Amino acid sequence: MTTAMILVPRTPIRSGDVVMLKAMISHPMETGYRRSEKGEEIPRNIIRRMICRYDGVEVFSVDMHQAIAANPFMSFGVVATRSGPVEFEWVGDNGFRHRQSAQLNVTG
Amino acid sequence: MQRDDFANPAMLGVAAGEAAWNRPPENGKPACSGCHGDINGSMRGVDARYPARNAVNGAVLDLPGRIQLCRSQHQALTPEPRESAALLALQAAIALRSRGMPVEAPSARGLSDAVARGEMLYRQRLGQLNLSCAQCHDDHWGRSLGGTRIPQGHPTGYPLFRLEWQALGSLQRRLRNCFTGVRAEPFPAGASEWIDLEIYLRERAAGMASDAPAVRP
Repeated sequence: MTTAMILVPRTPIRSGDVVMLKAMISHPMETGYRRSEKGEEIPRNIIRRMICRYDGVEVFSVDMHQAIAANPFMSFGVVATRSGPVEFEWVGDNGFRHRQSAQLNVTG
Repeated sequence: MQRDDFANPAMLGVAAGEAAWNRPPENGKPACSGCHGDINGSMRGVDARYPARNAVNGAVLDLPGRIQLCRSQHQALTPEPRESAALLALQAAIALRSRGMPVEAPSARGLSDAVARGEMLYRQRLGQLNLSCAQCHDDHWGRSLGGTRIPQGHPTGYPLFRLEWQALGSLQRRLRNCFTGVRAEPFPAGASEWIDLEIYLRERAAGMASDAPAVRP
C-alpha cells in the first residue's frame, strides 16, 4: 500500500509569502541494477515523475532516475497567492500512480 | 532527520500502521481499534515495557510477537510474517506512542531469568571470528569499525528506518546483521534466543528515553 505525506505550513500565510511545501511517498525505488540472491535481475521499479499543482496550475515537477533513494522526499518553495488545493501526483514504472492533495489557506 | 517527523521516512510506516489499526479485517472480526480503542490512549507506554510475559500462558513475547498473537487469537487471521512491511508498520505506530518515555527494566517485571539468559548470549563468543557482543559493544564502543562508529547497542528506537536497508527494520534484523558480521549462523526469525538477547539489551538500556521510530545510517 502506498502512503504519502504532504506538509503545508500551519502558521497563518499572507499573500505573497514564500511557503515551503514538503512531500514524501513510500516507494522502494528499485534501480534495476541489482540482482537477487539467485542471480536474477531485479526489474526496475522507480517513480519517474512528480508533479505539484497549486490551485490547478503546475508549479513544480521533477523527473526522477535510479539514483534517488527509497521513499523520495521533496521540499520546495512556492509563492502563496490565494487559497487553494496543492495537489501532488507521482507517476512511475508498472503503472504506478498516486495522487494526494492538501489545502493551502492564505489569509490577508 | 529523526527529529523532524516530516523528514523521517519511518513515519510513512507509522501512517500505514495507523491506517491498519483502524481497518477491520474482512472476516468480520474487530479491527485493532475495535478492542483497544484509540491508539494514542491505549498504546501509550506499551512499547516501553516490552518484551513482556503473557499473562495467560507465561510465554515471553516481544512486541511483534504480541501483535501476531492478537492477530491469530482475536482476529482469526494468519499472522503477518516477521519483517513484513505490514507488521513493522503496525509496530512502528505502536512504538511511537512510547516516544520519550523511559525504557522499563525487564528485571523489575519478573523477567530476571530471561535477562540472565540474554547476558550469557551477549558474552558468548560466536562464529568464525569468535567474537562476543560484549567484545565490541562493551569493550570498544565509540571506536571505529570499518569507518562506522561502534555503538553501545541500546535498542531504544526499533523498529527503525536504516538508510542501509532503505526500509523499516526490526531489532532482530539488526541482530542478524551482527551475527553475519562475526560469521555466525543466526537463529531462526522469532527464536526465543533473540527475545532473551533483546530483554538483556533492554535491561542495559533501562531508563533511556525511547526514540522509536528512529533513523540510523
